[in-house]
Amino acid sequence: MSVQDTDIPAARPVDWRDPRILARIRRRHARDGWLKAAGLVALLIAFALLAILVGSLVYRGHSAFTQTMVTLQVHVDPKKVKPERLRRGKYDDMVEAALLSHFPEVRSRADRRKLTKILSKGARLALRDRVTADPALIGQTVTISVPVSDPFDQLNKGLIGRSTPEERRIVDDRAIAWFDRLAEKGLISRPFNTALFLEADSRFPELAGLAGAIRGSAYALLVCFLISFPVGIAAAIYLEEFAPRNRFVDIVEVNINNLAAVPSVVFGLLALAVFLGWFGLPRSAPLVGGMTLALMTLPTIIIATRAAVKAVPPSIREAALGIGASETQVVFSHVLPLAMPGILTGTIIGLAQALGETAPLLLIGMNAFITEPPGGVLDPATALPTQIYIWADSPERGFVSRTAAAICVLLLFLVTMNALAVILRRRFERRW
Amino acid sequence: MIGYLFLLIILAGAAGFFINRRAARARMAAGERLHSMAAFHGAYAVCLSALPALVFTLLFLLFEGPIVDAILTASLPADAVADMDPGQLSLVEAEIKSIARGNVFGEPEPWKRDAAAYYAALRHNATLALWVAVIAILGVGLALARRRVSARFRARHRVERVIGWIMLACSGTAVLITAGIIASLLYESIRFFEKVPIGEFLFGLNWEPQIPIREGQIAGSGAFGWVPVFVGTLVITSVALFVAIPIGILSAIYLNEFAAPRLRAVAKPLLEILAGVPTVVYGFFAILVVAPAIRTAGATLGIDVAPNTALAAGSVMGVMLIPFISSFTDDALSAVPQTLREGSLALGATRGETMRKVLFPAAIPGIVGGILLAVSRAIGETMIVVMAAGLIATLTINPLDSVTTVTVQIVTLLIGDTAFDNPKTLAAFALGLMLFIVTLGLNLVALGVVRKYRELYD
Amino acid sequence: MTMLQPDEAETETEAPTAELKMTARDVDVFYGTNHAIKSISVDIPDKTVTAFIGPSGCGKTTFLRCLNRMNDTIRNCRVTGEIRLDGEDIYGRDIDPVQLRARVGMVFQKPNPFPKSIYDNVAYGPRIHGLAGTRAELDEIVERALTRAALWQEVRDRLDAPGTGLSGGQQQRLCIARAIATAPEVLLMDEPCSALDLIATAQIEELIDELRESYSVVIVTHSMQQAARVSQKTAFFHLGVLVEYGETSRMFTNPSDQRTQDYITGRFG
Repeated sequence: MSVQDTDIPAARPVDWRDPRILARIRRRHARDGWLKAAGLVALLIAFALLAILVGSLVYRGHSAFTQTMVTLQVHVDPKKVKPERLRRGKYDDMVEAALLSHFPEVRSRADRRKLTKILSKGARLALRDRVTADPALIGQTVTISVPVSDPFDQLNKGLIGRSTPEERRIVDDRAIAWFDRLAEKGLISRPFNTALFLEADSRFPELAGLAGAIRGSAYALLVCFLISFPVGIAAAIYLEEFAPRNRFVDIVEVNINNLAAVPSVVFGLLALAVFLGWFGLPRSAPLVGGMTLALMTLPTIIIATRAAVKAVPPSIREAALGIGASETQVVFSHVLPLAMPGILTGTIIGLAQALGETAPLLLIGMNAFITEPPGGVLDPATALPTQIYIWADSPERGFVSRTAAAICVLLLFLVTMNALAVILRRRFERRW
Repeated sequence: MIGYLFLLIILAGAAGFFINRRAARARMAAGERLHSMAAFHGAYAVCLSALPALVFTLLFLLFEGPIVDAILTASLPADAVADMDPGQLSLVEAEIKSIARGNVFGEPEPWKRDAAAYYAALRHNATLALWVAVIAILGVGLALARRRVSARFRARHRVERVIGWIMLACSGTAVLITAGIIASLLYESIRFFEKVPIGEFLFGLNWEPQIPIREGQIAGSGAFGWVPVFVGTLVITSVALFVAIPIGILSAIYLNEFAAPRLRAVAKPLLEILAGVPTVVYGFFAILVVAPAIRTAGATLGIDVAPNTALAAGSVMGVMLIPFISSFTDDALSAVPQTLREGSLALGATRGETMRKVLFPAAIPGIVGGILLAVSRAIGETMIVVMAAGLIATLTINPLDSVTTVTVQIVTLLIGDTAFDNPKTLAAFALGLMLFIVTLGLNLVALGVVRKYRELYD
Repeated sequence: MTMLQPDEAETETEAPTAELKMTARDVDVFYGTNHAIKSISVDIPDKTVTAFIGPSGCGKTTFLRCLNRMNDTIRNCRVTGEIRLDGEDIYGRDIDPVQLRARVGMVFQKPNPFPKSIYDNVAYGPRIHGLAGTRAELDEIVERALTRAALWQEVRDRLDAPGTGLSGGQQQRLCIARAIATAPEVLLMDEPCSALDLIATAQIEELIDELRESYSVVIVTHSMQQAARVSQKTAFFHLGVLVEYGETSRMFTNPSDQRTQDYITGRFG
């Protein structure tokens, strides 16, 4: 390996002070700056998009957390409600009469009907519940706050501009004048919108709430958890600790990785064909929703559990085996408890994903219009994301802010769950 | 009712556990040396009683519905249902079931009332049979297990073997799910292809699934060519990638090479938030903010913009994919060995040159794998397009036009009342099959690329 | 192929002392609060092989990386003191590390060819620094660098093959070719043979001896035999301190410090 021309330098010596070389270095640094700037701009764009996303939702949604109410003195007329048929009373007449009493000058039938449009259809329900709860009120006069209808709610929140030309407004100038009279008398208030959390869906935005959807989601997640958690852990432990290296296990592994990437709508098709079509389970039921979500959560839990189990050092296994424990005992009494924080973190993240999943739930009918919270896993229900979809699809203007508010609620749940996962990870993170 | 049954099973299992454990402890107290610990004798009782009862109950519940339905169908008077097509038949059965539940609307024909009574009796007998069977299983299991308690009985081995089988079955569910997906999609698709020729579906250029329900209704002729639907999917996917790839890759390059550790510590979780936002939220964002913005921009520039433009759905989908591509790129760049980076810097390369000429080219396989997974996601993404894309299948590649996608069609064909064996409904499964095949192919290739790439530098 | 015999190496250590290429004065290095290098002063002569020896963790690699400012790329690493290249302070304000590293090349412990062709590996430096105007000039630079690195004969027919496909010893020679293609004045080598087998090590050592004629070479090694074979000057580092520095022949026959004596005779290390 002798080199013939050892005296030949590898390259011509370079004069690093040559202005051309110096200019080139400046250009190279400039190009670096451009790359850096482009990266920073890209990152800022991503952040800006996140900010716009969250900002627009909060901006649109915050008004739905309050509800405009009108306070009325209602005389509970014994002629219109009988103690033995409390739920069938003519409560709308009584509430309307209470409102009309503030406007003695409004006489014509058409005008009176127009005036009562200020009240929500839910006003009578508020009175009905009050009287049903306390039949002694019959014959007396009660002070009650009832919701106003959506157009006036929006007017009060400034979402309908008073400067908009009258013909392009849902509420005309006269209606506005009536409403302002009520406001002048101090009868209009805007408390926190409890209906948003206590009521189920409704055709009327001012009455619609998330109680049904939240409960439906809770049931579905419960079912999802009960199925995917034990099955996922058992599958992961088998694959990690007991499985022989053979073709079946290889197929299972490829399968799990693939399942994690199958489009969610395909799981919906599976659920529709198998759970509804073949097994005849009821449509719109949280049970079916939870089973479908479990299919999608399973790969997440299996992957997280395997990682957590793998992280337990072999020394612990060997120590336990060394004192005569069987392999199963080692896994269930030593490895599994040590891996539990990791498994729970993965499970919470999987459940958070399941909570936001929409498409498969649409296919099994969890987007039905249901006005009562489900009483069990077999009752028809909606879930939070499908409720958002229904409201986003509704033409009434009042649903825009409610959709945004529902999204804020959903995101709040997701943030809470993810924060829980992070805390769990931090709290129990071990360094072996 | 079923709740009580489960409660019974649980109680019986617990009882078996404690009875057997006590029996085993009694023997130990009497001075015998048992092969297995007392708790394993208890667990053995559970394995022999509650476990089979539970499996039996679940199987029974799953198959009760289809079997009862089949018996009901067979029992219907032949002359009444002779000329009904399957759709009408399923309606009639639904009516009978609702009568059986006590919801009688109007005056049903007498044979329907009879059928309803028969159906109610069937359900009652089935439930009774279930209870009897479960109690029998529990009793026999508990008795057998109790008799087995002895010094030499290897309860631990038995219990461990049962646990092993349970775990094996659980890992089998992953295969079962895939098999279920393939089987159900294939089964319904084959039924679809019996009504619509497969060639027409694969190569047809028209997609008008609205077939006439009544005679003489003007509702299109029912064309089922998936090409325009697929092209629409590709248009939206392209728009999404056009947004996500540059932003995702550039932000990952910045985070990986230039950002201060503190910025990185803040930016990564923020991007993860973007990844964790449910797609229904992105869909609402598209119709609330992005679509109006694009319409306004189009009107200002004097460009004709369709109401549900592919641009709106695609760009929002792009936002959704940014964190995905960014984190894949970041991982791929981090996987490039530090020695290559140092080698380049030691030659007098700037950080940017090192990134552009060494690190990035070395990371390309990993990044490509990530992009393929992103494509698969974009093709399978449903909610954004359902909310923001169009319903009419137009064969165009203009992103300012309104296009529809495979997933939109699946959802719209299946939302609302679904009767199987209607070509409209079955078409959704055919689309689902194509979707599954395309995404599966992309996933397999992408996972393969990523795995090869990891091995390269491990 | 001739192997360098230790006695031959010893005769070469009597070469006349050349002019100084680099000088370091009172250099301290901190990683965060960890004081890794303590007040080191060393003179590195031109056209000479200088070896840094010492037990692992003694700071010899850290100090080597100060000489081309590679430590700049490590966060929370702080260098104080003064290092001069041809009388110019390399940590001075008007010195660009990018330019400095082209003048002070480096070869690493583990061969690290880029996942590119052999040609592109060698042409990498000349390309980024714009050393070749034409393709023919670049070809010439690549050929010369590969020739100087004693690799040309082996790879001339497969310049388009990936550099990562070569054997370990070939890869390390490729990395040397890559480093000398930018016409550096100093070549830093960080244990260049530690990942190689005996034959590849012998080839690299022979190559280092030949490179001495054009460059000032600094080599970090944990092998005293290697230091004795290839170097003319040796610096012994221990616990971040420069214990002894002098002619290699003297260091190995008559060390003045007890710690050097102990290390050379294998009492610790």
